[in-house]
Amino acid sequence: MSATTSIRKRLLPVMALVVVGLMAFCPAPQAAENLKIGGVFSVTGPTSFLGDPEKKSMEMVVDAINSAGGIDGRMLEAVIYDTEGDPQRAVNAVSKLINRDGVIAIIGPSLTPTTLAVKNLALNAKVPLISCAAGIQITEPVTPWVFKTAQSDVLAVATVYGHIQRSGLKKIGLLSVANAFGESGKQQLEQQAPAFGLEVVAAEKFGAKDSDMTAQLTKIRKAAPDAVICWGTNPGPAVVAKNFGQLGLEMPLYQSHGVASPKFIELAGSAAEGILLPTGKILVAGLLPADDLQKPVLEAYIQQFESRYQMPVSGFGGYAYDAMQLLAKALAGTDGDPEKVRANLEQITGHVGVSGVFNFSPSEHNGLGADAFVMVRIKDGKWELIQD
Amino acid sequence: MVARFLRRNWAYLVFLGGVGVTGCLVQNAYYFQVLTFIGINTLLALGLNLLMGYAGQISLGHAAFYGIGAYTTAVLTTTWGLSPGLALPCALAIAALVALVVGLPTLKLSGYYLGMGTLGFGMIVHILLREWTEVTGGASGFIGIPPLQFGPIAFTDPRAYFYLVWATVLLSFILSHRLIRSRVGRALRSIHDSEHAARAVGVDTQRLKLQVFIFSAILAALGGFFYAHLINFISPDSFNFLVSVRMVTMVVIGGMASVWGALLGACLLTLLPEWLHAFSDFEMLVYGLILMLVMILLPQGLTRGLLDAYERSRKNPS
Amino acid sequence: MQELLQYLFSGITNGAIYAVIAVGFALLFNATELINFAHGEFVMLGALGMVTLYNGLGLPLAAAFLLTTLGVSAVGFLFERFAIRTVKRPDAIVLVIITVGASIFLRGVAMLGWGKDAHSVAPFSDHPPLSIAGANLLPQSLWILTIVLGAVLGLHLFFTRSLTGKAMLASAISRRAAWLVGIPTGRMVQLAFVLSAAMGAVAGVIIAPITMCSYDMGTLLGLKGFCAAMLGGLGSLWGGVLGGFLLGVLEALGVGFLSSSLKDAIAFVLLLLILYIRPAGLLGARKVQRF
Repeated sequence: MSATTSIRKRLLPVMALVVVGLMAFCPAPQAAENLKIGGVFSVTGPTSFLGDPEKKSMEMVVDAINSAGGIDGRMLEAVIYDTEGDPQRAVNAVSKLINRDGVIAIIGPSLTPTTLAVKNLALNAKVPLISCAAGIQITEPVTPWVFKTAQSDVLAVATVYGHIQRSGLKKIGLLSVANAFGESGKQQLEQQAPAFGLEVVAAEKFGAKDSDMTAQLTKIRKAAPDAVICWGTNPGPAVVAKNFGQLGLEMPLYQSHGVASPKFIELAGSAAEGILLPTGKILVAGLLPADDLQKPVLEAYIQQFESRYQMPVSGFGGYAYDAMQLLAKALAGTDGDPEKVRANLEQITGHVGVSGVFNFSPSEHNGLGADAFVMVRIKDGKWELIQD
Repeated sequence: MVARFLRRNWAYLVFLGGVGVTGCLVQNAYYFQVLTFIGINTLLALGLNLLMGYAGQISLGHAAFYGIGAYTTAVLTTTWGLSPGLALPCALAIAALVALVVGLPTLKLSGYYLGMGTLGFGMIVHILLREWTEVTGGASGFIGIPPLQFGPIAFTDPRAYFYLVWATVLLSFILSHRLIRSRVGRALRSIHDSEHAARAVGVDTQRLKLQVFIFSAILAALGGFFYAHLINFISPDSFNFLVSVRMVTMVVIGGMASVWGALLGACLLTLLPEWLHAFSDFEMLVYGLILMLVMILLPQGLTRGLLDAYERSRKNPS
Repeated sequence: MQELLQYLFSGITNGAIYAVIAVGFALLFNATELINFAHGEFVMLGALGMVTLYNGLGLPLAAAFLLTTLGVSAVGFLFERFAIRTVKRPDAIVLVIITVGASIFLRGVAMLGWGKDAHSVAPFSDHPPLSIAGANLLPQSLWILTIVLGAVLGLHLFFTRSLTGKAMLASAISRRAAWLVGIPTGRMVQLAFVLSAAMGAVAGVIIAPITMCSYDMGTLLGLKGFCAAMLGGLGSLWGGVLGGFLLGVLEALGVGFLSSSLKDAIAFVLLLLILYIRPAGLLGARKVQRF
């Protein structure tokens, strides 16, 4: 007993010291010639379908800029960390980028909660941050250092409701996923309904990992809506699409832009037929009229991404692609001064990107208009552009 | 007198010195942030360590108290405009109250049934945080929590926050140590060894278990309070089932029934993800492997494992 | 009425899956008094096995089913051999943390092997849904019910009729006594791990066609199965089955008649109430009733 106690007494303080001191003495980074750009995406975890293509797109643009000679003769260097969609890890990653890696600007995070968690860090450190998340709270109210390239839910909901209104439908049933994406969508859907003369007759939720949504759909069917809107990200909405068919429901089913990728058609299979959804133009790039401003940009992005990674593009990678292109534009002539980069970003207008045409100003840090979305229908396993 | 004080408490003094020196040496805000997270996690692990190590009761829902602490202060300071100094006692009191109400029936269960009971409680709190949108902000989270300020003293500087959190950790250590050494502590250990025997000699086991449960809930809520004011944003997923499991893992990896085990476990589980970054897609695989290996090789946790290694090296000096 | 029937169909289908997962927990708990937090990952491996064998390679259903189950059982065997038996001091809590580590490890492996995206699997048979009194029943639900009941019945017969099964039961009741009468108890523990993993795989295989399969699908299913096992009474085979169906039906009715956003909370509140009233689960009379 006494032997252990004395050992314990002697060792514990040493251990305490080691532990506390361990972190402190890592070597400080060398000042480099390169312009360092940070990236924080949910590369793994449940939302990797966002973060993974975002990371790939950002690396692709950085390589393209470097092989073209960099910006003002200086090479770009991307430092990318994974958040796994966890706010605490996002905070750590952004703090590391700002304080240890000394980046000039940051692209990401991929999600609304992770972005909101790191917003203050960017503000306090005065580092421009271009988020790839949709939440409207990110840029409203506008804060000087935070921008975003993903279309807000407001626009997506307006696009869907516009189509429903033109189809002459009145009563709608909502089914949203129980996370930040679904909640923000549901809020917008309920808020905007009166403006389009619509009535929400049922609003149900499902868990992101639930394996069966028959019960929710049965309940919605009871309220007899003219159309059902499902707001979620893969794979849940694909299960909804399957259950929808299995229950023999006849009304039109709308999905959100959260499933706008070829993966959805693959997952839902024949149940995807006839589903309508709003999406950035990327899914229907080939179908756009030749005079569409975005067409060349989209085709270039798709060609680059698919030849480099041998996988189909989704609109999600486009958020990071646009963010990096915008940043590159703003970086020119600043010599890496964050304040100048920020000011330049606010000046950018008419930038044609993957997600739409960006018009930034000191009071507008998303810069996308209603034309960022189009409605598509899934027909014979392909996207079909709806023109009306 | 002074000598005796020094002899008795020098572990704490060295710890205090270590924190002080680190605070002076570290210049980078990132390291302060990571160290502050370690401090917060230590608070979480410490309470659970007492509960598991001394009272022998497992809880798979402790993230709920962490969340209650964070959300109470968020609502009080942001929505109601109270000062954090007033919100802190409220947060701790609410956590204690919830622990009392939940603990009364739940602690009658034992073993895996207790684990399930606490797990269920944790899930329910998580769902309430997510669905009670008007108050908690729902799944999108709660924005705009003010930085910490007690009267005229503001803790906006990462260094100041670091000192504050670690001073709290030190205080909790001293408090826990006192608790363990007291009559209560002895009674607690008797519950761990044999609850029947303890009851036979007149220990009110139910009451003691409840007290430790409440104490650990208060520590977790304290952690939540610091977390909320550090990040200024909270969302329900920071307090879900996986966080509860991570807390238990910290306790077991660090070593149960040892306040230093809480520190070691919190350190390892906070730093590991930062270190494993280089593995990118392999990170999860390596993380799981490390967890398994530590438990296979050092089943009594890091504290005991390090002590054993030290003892062995003293016996055969090579 | 039509709605109620539909809720019941949905609940029973999900319940059957929870039941077979709960049985996996119960099997292992009986032999080792261990709760395997990696059990949900066995379910995930079962489902992803079908993605590769049934959908990818196009094997016939029976062959894919068998191969997947065998493969996952092998993983269970390796897990016991390398992660559980090597532990120096097998305290319950240490073993639990090892299974937590294993679950993260297996998820990491699956992410590398099958990618981060979800996959879908074709149903076992291509009939249209059956319409019963206005409610639709999927052929896959019938498959699930048949397979689950078959598996549980098989296990029941195994434990009551076969010598190995009886030996396993004996070593579960008292390991020492069983060892004294010459039962290789170590082998029995191994068998329990293999059988439990196989049950997980079966759950994965049958659920694959009705949901989407991805590397992180196992956690929630494992948790639900754990709940079901506790609800019925840990270590009781039929208790697990009862708990599973009960949980599934309660969830579906909770969505239908209360609120879908509080669905999981309803299930857990009921679980807590049952635990408070009957602290050993519905069918768990602690030591007496094993199977």
